[in-house]
Amino acid sequence: MNGDEACCEGALAAGCRFFAGYPITPATEIAESMSRRLPQLGGIFIQMEDEIASMAAILGASWGGVKSMTSTSGPGFSLMMENIGLGICTETPCVVCNVQRAGPSTGLPTSVGQGDVMQARWGSHGHYEIIALCPTSPQQMFDMTIRAFNLSEYYRLPVIILADEVIGHMNERVIIPREDEIEIINRRKPSVSREDYLPYKADADGIAPMANCGDGYRIHVTGLTHDDRGYPAMNAEAQEQMVSRLVDKIRNNRDKIIRTNNLYLDDAEVIVVSYGISARSAMQAVRNARNDGIKAGLITLETIWPFPEELIRNVARRAKAMIMAEINGGQMVLELERCACGACPVSLVSNFGGAIIHPNLILNAISKAAKGKI
Amino acid sequence: MVMTEKRERHVLITGFGGQGIVMAGDILGKAATLYDHKHATMTQNYGPEARGGACSSQVIISGEEILFPCVEEPEILICMSQEAYMKNVKSLRPEGTLIWDTDLVHTRKADMHHKTFHIPATRFAEQLGTKMMANIVMLGFLSAVEHLVHAEALKKAVLDSVPAATKDNNIHAFNTGREYGTSIIKGLVKPEPGKHQD
Repeated sequence: MNGDEACCEGALAAGCRFFAGYPITPATEIAESMSRRLPQLGGIFIQMEDEIASMAAILGASWGGVKSMTSTSGPGFSLMMENIGLGICTETPCVVCNVQRAGPSTGLPTSVGQGDVMQARWGSHGHYEIIALCPTSPQQMFDMTIRAFNLSEYYRLPVIILADEVIGHMNERVIIPREDEIEIINRRKPSVSREDYLPYKADADGIAPMANCGDGYRIHVTGLTHDDRGYPAMNAEAQEQMVSRLVDKIRNNRDKIIRTNNLYLDDAEVIVVSYGISARSAMQAVRNARNDGIKAGLITLETIWPFPEELIRNVARRAKAMIMAEINGGQMVLELERCACGACPVSLVSNFGGAIIHPNLILNAISKAAKGKI
Repeated sequence: MVMTEKRERHVLITGFGGQGIVMAGDILGKAATLYDHKHATMTQNYGPEARGGACSSQVIISGEEILFPCVEEPEILICMSQEAYMKNVKSLRPEGTLIWDTDLVHTRKADMHHKTFHIPATRFAEQLGTKMMANIVMLGFLSAVEHLVHAEALKKAVLDSVPAATKDNNIHAFNTGREYGTSIIKGLVKPEPGKHQD
């Protein structure tokens, strides 16, 4: 099956029973598969009037107690930004899959891009932390969609799957495990009486148990800065307290959230960092470099946000050079430079979208870097 | 025993939207992965139009994991339209195999140094009831003239992929293509004269 279909199957395996979306290439097959599969499982599929409403609908469904998701591509992702912020502020578990195409604007609807990585991080207004995952194959689309639901249910926030056109439309074998082999995490429910429940009163780990609408607990959900009761609190102290918790619940759990796939890092002198489809080109290039006797290594960012700052800092100290391969004008390379912090030179192999990065371009950059030319 | 073939086999199937080009690639990949237990990857190129635009599917089959999924220099090129032929024939490896729909492509003599096969797949499909099955006729033909996957695997993948009510017709289409290909390979029939531009 293709990556989009695998995303749908992963969502269903994770327990998603509500999908609201608007079709857009190259994410249409997710919505299409959902429209076929959800009714079979007693779930609900709604084609909405636009992506703003789609995002709003999945937040509402989640408060209704149902695991929910939407899917889109760049133009729709832009429209969803405001309500993604609402999901962050109201701590609403849900999953957004953005199958990236080349932009800006309508761009190349049927061709690959990776230009939305910074938008995924900073696209909504205000300050917050986000979780975003980058699959490199249809199998990972399946696995990571399940993980996205688990992370969103546990940490209570919208989790973004940042796929790309090639992964979405690529057909490969996908192995779907038996139901009892899949780890499912569900949102934490209140353990106190109805009278004592405060919807935004967090446990010691910074995560507040969530009562659904209709469970009988008193809840109040607002995008305004709010106190533990969920009521608007219009002052700097309440803002500090609320945003600190939104930020800390992710930052303090970075080690549990961040996953990278590391190849040959033990002795690597030139380290390529990449994600999504570009990481496959990078892996080919790194293997070819090893065949040529160059000590190359690879870090594939399976979670692109939070960024693996500590890992990059550590490897930059002993690397001769680092290279970012990505399909945009250079976005994650800025993170790489920030974390390498001058410990080693950093270079970029990229294009503006429309085509996969050829492994030979990355191999050339590796060879140059190995010779100290960067 | 399944032989592990390390070499990547690169196939490019080309035509225009609506001919089932992507579906043909999907079926070939399914046959390789689900029934021949190899690795395969299929990617597609197409434009924003729903039908009629240039379209291709790129299939790589290998005994090992495939990383870079693009087919740049195919060893097998299937052309189901003139535009696709003109655009892609230059990418075919010198020792590669060129396959086309007899009625839809006027070839150039300069390209005939390749191993070449052609079949009036669309015409055969029309005779069987619908030209929509031209892709399946072509897959049957491919299974006879080139060994990429086992014919039985390909047949199973066809059955997996077509609507239930059309299974018999599609298998008939597959067999028609395969028998035509087998007869040509064995020299039992002479291929129809191809159409040349020059």
